[in-house]
Amino acid sequence: MHKMLWALFNRDMTLFMQRKQDVVTVLGFFLIAVALFPLGISSDPDLLRTIAPGAIWIAALFSTVLALDRLFSEDLDDGTLEQQMLMPVPISLMLLVRLVAHWVITSLPIVLLAPLMGLQFGLAFNEIAILTLSLLIGTPILVLLGAIGAALTVGLKSSGGLVTLLLLPLYVPVLILGTSAVSSTMNGVDVTAHFSLLGAALIVSLVLSPFAVATALKITLD
Amino acid sequence: MLEVEGLAAEREERLLFSGLSVSVSAGEGLHIIGENGAGKTTLLRILCGLTLQSAGKISWCGQAVSKFREEYCSDLLYLGHKNANKTELNCRENLRLALGVLPVSDDAISDALHDTGLGLISHLPTRFLSQGQQRRLSLARLLLTKSKLWILDEPYVALDYKAIEWLDSHLERHLSNQGMLILTSHQKLTMSSEIRVLNLGEQYA
Amino acid sequence: MSGIRRIPWMKYASASNFYPLANLLVPIFMSLALVLAAIGLHLGFFVAPIDYQQGNSYRIMFIHVPAAWMSMFIYLLLAMYAVISLVWRVKMADIMAYSLAPTGAMFTFIALLTGALWGRPTWGTYWIWDARLTSELLLLFLYLGYMGLYSAIPDRQRASRAASFLAIVGAVNVPIIYFSVIWWNTLHQGSSFSVSSGASMTDAMLYSLLLMVFACWAYTIAVVLRRAQAIILERKKVALWASQISKK
Repeated sequence: MHKMLWALFNRDMTLFMQRKQDVVTVLGFFLIAVALFPLGISSDPDLLRTIAPGAIWIAALFSTVLALDRLFSEDLDDGTLEQQMLMPVPISLMLLVRLVAHWVITSLPIVLLAPLMGLQFGLAFNEIAILTLSLLIGTPILVLLGAIGAALTVGLKSSGGLVTLLLLPLYVPVLILGTSAVSSTMNGVDVTAHFSLLGAALIVSLVLSPFAVATALKITLD
Repeated sequence: MLEVEGLAAEREERLLFSGLSVSVSAGEGLHIIGENGAGKTTLLRILCGLTLQSAGKISWCGQAVSKFREEYCSDLLYLGHKNANKTELNCRENLRLALGVLPVSDDAISDALHDTGLGLISHLPTRFLSQGQQRRLSLARLLLTKSKLWILDEPYVALDYKAIEWLDSHLERHLSNQGMLILTSHQKLTMSSEIRVLNLGEQYA
Repeated sequence: MSGIRRIPWMKYASASNFYPLANLLVPIFMSLALVLAAIGLHLGFFVAPIDYQQGNSYRIMFIHVPAAWMSMFIYLLLAMYAVISLVWRVKMADIMAYSLAPTGAMFTFIALLTGALWGRPTWGTYWIWDARLTSELLLLFLYLGYMGLYSAIPDRQRASRAASFLAIVGAVNVPIIYFSVIWWNTLHQGSSFSVSSGASMTDAMLYSLLLMVFACWAYTIAVVLRRAQAIILERKKVALWASQISKK
């Protein structure tokens, strides 16, 4: 079975190599969205430092939503999603592999770019480390939860706006945890609690979300 | 052996069929016919477990399909309306992906592509292929799979007469190897094997 | 078992039995709602004493508090119907869930609106990012998401199942959202203004509040039953039309 799952992971990687522009678009979106905050608010260094965690996190959040579009829609259109649902492995496991691949392709670059963004906003070294770590734990949760919304709306005409509406309420707790970890570091508060909660949220969503996405996809393909 | 008992399906508050009982055993074929909208595709999707029936049960080798999904899926090959080919990949890569982890050698894939008439263009991304060629590529899976139960939705669509003959001979060979076949087709079947017919429209005509 | 008279719950799960029952109940609950609301508002606006801190502006509480409660109760009820519709595939449960959503969204909106109007004299601003108002706003998004998804999917069966599933995911998330917002609020704002502190309830205020809650329930029942009737008729028409088409 692990052979089949590894083949699936490789499939997503192969397809990614064929179509890098999708990921470049998402990354470009992330960079521009972050850059818009200073342009739209102010270049005052103190203010920028205050809004930095929120700005970078919100940009990462919307980039995740944007990238979710490529998770299922093309596979639904060309029929490969049906074939994946008929693979002789548990559907939730199959989806977990695909979500991990999706995270590696679309979110990991964002996490890696985050330190640069932190520098742009004048964050200190330890603050940048906390920001990157919060994104490293937080973005998989965003992908896992987001896949539920993507699975429910895939193939619909107005799915872009709708998926945002469905997902934002679910994303609020993650956003709050992630940004407050960074701002607490700035205020010299201990952030162990933040990371314990983020870690717990990641584990819970790793366990539950694949089943939820499987249910949602079954409903969609029905 | 595939057994279906008391199957019913509805779409948009409309009953497509109900009380459908049928069984397919080794070496048997079943041709599902019916008017447009009679529920042929829905029936095939229900048999694969992609769509949920409103009543009835399906069992494979005496076990309920819903409980032994993975075992059932490893015996099942389904080809729907869509070809399930990735347009960025070439024929060889697509076939390799579609077969999953089946231990198939490169030579076997080359032979299959050659047999399907795609041997000379196997390096081209499939977006350059015609409808008929795309269909043939997805049918090339039939040459390499080890699945016992084939469920094919309109496999003859977009095929030219030579490809139809080619497909016929492979379906016949599958049946004579004790395989099982369920298919829909609007055309009259040209296969020489004996195939039962199930008319979905009949119940309510 | 012979001594127990079993209530035929499932009888009303079918549309044909539900329809006449709803016809009977809608006028009763609608008039009940009007009477209760009239007495409740009278008590609240004319009998209840003026508040020594907030003056007359606190009286909006008699609308705000029931509306806020209803918005949450209705979401829970909707999620329960969604579970029934998804697990046991009872069509009536889906119709009830779908009928509840607009009323729930309306109460959420009323709670937000009256909260803002109440906030102006109390906090000096229409909107503060208070934990309760923020979660109420997110609740409104959950309602809008449910209705949006339901209407975006053309296939009715898929729409019903997808939206039901979303409602359940939302219901699981409501407590998480609520506590995270409270946590966020304490981090950034310190303790927020609390309505219940200081002001002690007089009898007239309590009765008015209770009557208004009952009035809201009666109104909800009446409106939701009527909406469910309309949906049943609409779907029957679609089914009839579809079967006529297929016979041709």
